[in-house]
Amino acid sequence: MSLDHIFSPLLQLGAIELLSPAPPGWGGNLLRGLANSVQIALGAFGLGLLIGTAGAYGKLYGGPIVRDLMEVYTTVVRAVPELVLILLLYYAGADLINRALEGLGYTRIDINGLVAGIAVLGFVQGAYATEVLRGAILSVPQGQIEAARAYGMSPGLLMRRITMPAMLPFAIPGLANLWLIATKDTALLAVVGFNELTLETRQAAGTTKAYFTFFLAAGGLYLLLTLFSNVIIARIERWSRRGMPSIAEGR
Amino acid sequence: MSIDLVNTTRTQRALGWLQPHRIGLIAIGIALFGSAVYFMRWDWIPNYYDLALQGIWRTIWIMLVTAVLGFLLAVPLGLAQAVGPWWLAWPANAFCTVIRGTPLLLQLWLLYYGLGSLFPQFPAIRQSWLWPYLRQAWPYAVLALTLSTGGYVGEVMRGAFAGVPHGQLEAARAYGMRRWKIFRRIWFPQAVQRALPTLGGESVLLLKATPLVATITVVDIYAVASRVRQDTYIVYEPLLLLALIYLCITGIIVFIFRRLEARIPTRVG
Repeated sequence: MSLDHIFSPLLQLGAIELLSPAPPGWGGNLLRGLANSVQIALGAFGLGLLIGTAGAYGKLYGGPIVRDLMEVYTTVVRAVPELVLILLLYYAGADLINRALEGLGYTRIDINGLVAGIAVLGFVQGAYATEVLRGAILSVPQGQIEAARAYGMSPGLLMRRITMPAMLPFAIPGLANLWLIATKDTALLAVVGFNELTLETRQAAGTTKAYFTFFLAAGGLYLLLTLFSNVIIARIERWSRRGMPSIAEGR
Repeated sequence: MSIDLVNTTRTQRALGWLQPHRIGLIAIGIALFGSAVYFMRWDWIPNYYDLALQGIWRTIWIMLVTAVLGFLLAVPLGLAQAVGPWWLAWPANAFCTVIRGTPLLLQLWLLYYGLGSLFPQFPAIRQSWLWPYLRQAWPYAVLALTLSTGGYVGEVMRGAFAGVPHGQLEAARAYGMRRWKIFRRIWFPQAVQRALPTLGGESVLLLKATPLVATITVVDIYAVASRVRQDTYIVYEPLLLLALIYLCITGIIVFIFRRLEARIPTRVG
């Protein structure tokens, strides 16, 4: 048996044609899937930040009931697999909204896959972001917050001028991790049939039978997204640490 | 006497935890649970009882096997990154970056659909003793989860190996221990002890990754719940029960790791 005979299936002739962005190739579909994935990741990360900020403030400064409810939220969401949560929220969320609409006398609506994906992943991200932000706020020297309060700052001004900028350097590593998790968790939406990168890849692979080529290409795209994010994150981290002593020797 | 003291403080702590609002919240929780049991449909459980038990067993089995194999892969990966020469450190680092930079679902599908579609094209593989295994789904599931855990835990072990104080290793060398003995008696135990809390977290993450194997036709507990949904059109009940099962398994993992950590006393400054 010649070497050529062994390797020819691996090369899967015409990988370049298959991956070209023009219609006979499937590259365009993959890129569209990547755009959808990035969109969902951005939306979910943003929503997660909002929920996380509210959650962190609730856990730190809320009343006893709010604190306990937040504890239940973060514990349950972090203990149950994302895939199960996505299915549960995807079905239950759409169902509840439609029931509420019917109860109020409106007609049922079809919930946009993009919006549903963002809402579901954002809810999951919120639980992790709550813990990250809570830890970051606790790392701020508490005297600074007390001093701001002593100056008579309102809670909103205090948050905007003191807590947020001061906690950012402590929060960035955790938030960066969360962003990378968000980009990878978008792949889970393939299971509920949303056309993000992984599902587009599987469809392209299923049609052309070039499974290996397409999954490798998609893996390359995800990896590029991660490496690109790392560059941006390093820049944001440097910016958020401006004026602070270097931590290079501390690590 | 001292036992009495401990007991009173423990009761006091329990009483302190059980504040009035918590009693109310617990009552609401029990009411919700009771109404879920009473109003929702659970009549499908007897039909799927055996299948569900098998599914739970398979989930735990896959998790345990991949945790052990992944850890065995992670130790050399961590060592190579922490102290290895560049020609070992560089590939290990690249492996961890690639594994951590791509979704597990994609890795799983790449192995199952990609490799799985390549293998039959080689007659040599089709005639080997491996072929009966390669035609099933679970070897791919175990392989994908092992590589994934290995990548994530390898990164953890890198920090753990690098974090063991140098004096400990120098002292061991001064005692005349050989390299393997230093590793077995000093370096490895201390690194694992340092990494225990993180390893507990990684174990929970691994458990939460196991339902993905259902997408390549391995029948774990998640696949059983999906099947109930498809067979009976009951949507919420199987999923809620599934979430409860995962909560319980997570609780057990957290408990085990807390016991492991408590075996070694640590001093908090």
